[in-house]
Amino acid sequence: MNPWYSVLISLFIVIGLVLIALIGVGSIGLNSLFGVYIPYVAFAVFIIGFIWRVVEWARAPVPFKIPTTGGQGKSLPWMKHEKLDSPFTTGQVIVRMLLEVFLFRSLFRNVKGELRGGPRLTFASSKWLWLFGILFHYSFLTIVLRHLRFFTEPVPQWVQLISSLDGFFEILVPTFFLTDAAFLLAATLLFLRRVVIPQVRYISLPNDYFPLLLILGIGISGILMRQVFHVDLEKVKELAIGLAAFSPTVPKELGSVFYVHLFLVSVLAAYIPWSKIMHAAGVFMSPTRNMANNNRAVRHINPWNYPVKVHTYEEYEDDFRAKMKEVGLPVDKE
Amino acid sequence: MYNAGKVIIGILIFLGLFTYPIWSPIVLGKAGPPPQLEKPDPAKGKVCVEATDYMRSTHMSLLNNWRDWVVRDGNRIYTGLEGKKYNMSLQNTCLDCHKSREKFCDRCHNYVNVSPRCWECHIEPEYKQQQAVAWRSK
Amino acid sequence: MSLEGLPKPENLHIDFEAPQTDWMETPTTFRSGTFSFPAAPKNIKYMGMANPREWSPTEEDWKLPDNWRQIILDGLKERLEKFRSFRLFMDICVRCGACADKCHFFLGGGDPKNMPVLRAELLRSVYRKDYTLAGKILGRMVGARDLDLKVLKEWFYYFYQCTECRRCSLYCPYGIDTAEITMIGRELLNLVGLNINWVQEPVANCFRTGNHLGIPPHGLIDMWEFCVDDIENVTGIRVDLPVNRKGAEILMVTPSGDYFADPGTYTFMGYLMLFHELGLDYTWSTYASEGGNFGLFTSHETIKRLNAKIYAEAKRLGVKWILGGECGHMWRVIHQYMDTMNGPADFLEVPKSPFTGTVFENARSSKMVHITEFTSDLIKHGKLNLDPSRNDKVIATYHDSCNTARAAGLLDEPRYVIKAVCNNFYEMPENTIREETFCCGGGAGLGNDENIEMRMRGGFPRANAVNYVRDEHGVNRLLCMCAIDRATLTALMHYWAPDVEVGGIHELVANALIMKGEDERKTDLRGEPLPGMEDMEEEEDV
Repeated sequence: MNPWYSVLISLFIVIGLVLIALIGVGSIGLNSLFGVYIPYVAFAVFIIGFIWRVVEWARAPVPFKIPTTGGQGKSLPWMKHEKLDSPFTTGQVIVRMLLEVFLFRSLFRNVKGELRGGPRLTFASSKWLWLFGILFHYSFLTIVLRHLRFFTEPVPQWVQLISSLDGFFEILVPTFFLTDAAFLLAATLLFLRRVVIPQVRYISLPNDYFPLLLILGIGISGILMRQVFHVDLEKVKELAIGLAAFSPTVPKELGSVFYVHLFLVSVLAAYIPWSKIMHAAGVFMSPTRNMANNNRAVRHINPWNYPVKVHTYEEYEDDFRAKMKEVGLPVDKE
Repeated sequence: MYNAGKVIIGILIFLGLFTYPIWSPIVLGKAGPPPQLEKPDPAKGKVCVEATDYMRSTHMSLLNNWRDWVVRDGNRIYTGLEGKKYNMSLQNTCLDCHKSREKFCDRCHNYVNVSPRCWECHIEPEYKQQQAVAWRSK
Repeated sequence: MSLEGLPKPENLHIDFEAPQTDWMETPTTFRSGTFSFPAAPKNIKYMGMANPREWSPTEEDWKLPDNWRQIILDGLKERLEKFRSFRLFMDICVRCGACADKCHFFLGGGDPKNMPVLRAELLRSVYRKDYTLAGKILGRMVGARDLDLKVLKEWFYYFYQCTECRRCSLYCPYGIDTAEITMIGRELLNLVGLNINWVQEPVANCFRTGNHLGIPPHGLIDMWEFCVDDIENVTGIRVDLPVNRKGAEILMVTPSGDYFADPGTYTFMGYLMLFHELGLDYTWSTYASEGGNFGLFTSHETIKRLNAKIYAEAKRLGVKWILGGECGHMWRVIHQYMDTMNGPADFLEVPKSPFTGTVFENARSSKMVHITEFTSDLIKHGKLNLDPSRNDKVIATYHDSCNTARAAGLLDEPRYVIKAVCNNFYEMPENTIREETFCCGGGAGLGNDENIEMRMRGGFPRANAVNYVRDEHGVNRLLCMCAIDRATLTALMHYWAPDVEVGGIHELVANALIMKGEDERKTDLRGEPLPGMEDMEEEEDV
């Protein structure tokens, strides 16, 4: 698919979603549809779909132990074992996984190969993708956690702490959150890299651009709501707590921008289980990362291991007995 | 399902995290009700400087503008709802009606976890009174 | 090896520019030098596999069964249910592109379909169309497409342009392993008889004769005795050659490449000399005369069918444990598949070195030890009398085989051995060694003559790193512990780095090994005069 077409179609879909929310709430007044029913359905789809996908993966066995070894395996006692990259025990696997999940360690390895005249290749460490990725995921996480202030009463201390750290520089009123900026920046950079780097542009599909643009839409609507088109936070929180307690009250007077934000979040939530965003769960189940490199020490069982047709020694000797005897090789049957 | 134990633990953790808003009030005690704000003395009038909805969502921008207009431009007069003129002053105008920081401002601010910086410079009247009492009793 | 048709290295055009057309629209052209010839019918037939026939990739008609599409789709479904890795890797790629410039075929050729992500998308697109709701409804919008003949031909071209080296998997944030995808891609192709002869012939040979080259037992004895003669010429010692001997303590299994052709033979001679000097109680086997396993490049079932011989022979001969020679993909199979497929090897004992008493705990279950584990343990315990100066003409660097590096973690054992037997050792630049090593360009059955351009392209990143140490340190020997490497790197060096020879580790061990009662050594195993012996050789000639 033409890359520009992919970008445009994704952009149009996101704009379309924004318009749906604006018209639905602003013109038709479907507040409870957009404030209650759609979020409920989206949340249910998210939770059930997410579990469904994980169970779907889990229903397939892991027939072979196939860790990708990234360092010296455990071998002779005096040989230095790279515990993290070639884990031998479950504990070491867990540490490898934690570093993978929380620090994107494999991505941190990234090196860029460059072709020069000659031809000659050079390699240089390239941490940009890792940096954008870390920035994106951690600001996303912080923003989600900050939103717990709408779902909890009293607001837990740690949520308050995150918010106050996030608003550390106290710029603007209301305080602009650092993670909002980081989030927009990272999502934009991830988007730009997809468009600018020819190889990445070549492999990108609409379903790569769409979630990024959708997430950007969520971020922009959120920031607009915070800094420009203010909404009554107390009402927002009433709705949020009501939703969580399954007794929602739909506030009449909440700005359209709130409904746009909520609708885009709902779409994202419902979209996640059917999209590549499932990598969040998938990374935990990746057999090349979550298995120990102790293959020769601990036997792995393949549940569907079936007998195969082999060429037995007897058949082999039958084929070659005369010749074997000729050269003095011992045979089982004379 | 293979590795069912580990997968189920993972799913439970996922569920636990994402349904936190649902189970936390049940486990940690029911979420507190929305704050009841102390209404000003009806004698002071029934309307604020702007419409209630606007004030509820946007008072922080209004106050921020007031500060700039007063401190930077030296302008003290604000024309509010129905052309009524107000002295742009937190302590003298806002707090004239909304007497208690604790019962009005803080209740809502705490509820939605915001901590405005008004009180880093301004002193709320009730607190001022208490201080005065404390001072005299010394 | 025919390098004549190729442009000179400096003129080999590498173009990273993506085509104007979308990848789904870009047709596959079977250009001479970039693909492997199909499997001969007899080799498919012998294995009882599907659709044996004469056919050619360049012809329009591939003589497929009428229901080939259904066969592939059913096979795909079956594998989605059997391999969590496969299903997961179909689902979770975010197309971040971190893998793109990690593939040696992409770096040396620039074809975007050799970016691991796109290689996988070739299969994913079909998976999406048939197994995801979005794919069914939205089709191309979500990167889904129908399986048609064009797609199948594309699969054949690109799944036989991947050496299953796993380098991309190392950098993937989710560990998506293209080797896994290629293996299953090839399994699917095999279901309709799309295989290459350079894979299928060794498979059929190995099944029948026990080794890839199809050498019958008496032929093996000839070859091996030839090596024994050569050793006698160099050392004056006639080493033991125990074959099919019941009751030996250890069964030795090595890739047939080691005894078939230079420079592998020198490594094979190295084993013979080492074991003789030690007085090791061991045996070779003619039935299990192959460590390599081209089943790995065919299907999981074929891996098991070929690999079964090793344990079966160990059991028949009544050995205690198994020692494995220098090989790459062989060790992927031994390390990651053998015990699961053909174990448990409960009739064997936990390997223990008879000379040092070291128990190889890491091989406790599979009972098979790598020769460099065995030798490095011997050296560490001072069991070998070594004179590394005999290798002083060798300025060595070491090429990690993909599979020993990224599928076993055998990195420091070979280095320890090399450093003990060779005084001049220089590492290639980081990012090209150890777990980041580059493929030789001819693994996974692609090291055939007709595929020569792709091999030279795929081997370019490796050769490029060799060139660096050749220019910096005067490196003249590229060491490796892989039979495929020894064959393919030789051609690669010939093309990219003509002054560098290729050789195995135990060749150098044997050169340095001072054997009891040996004649004064004048030459190394290759018949080249040892340092300081050049004049003597001439004197003798006079």
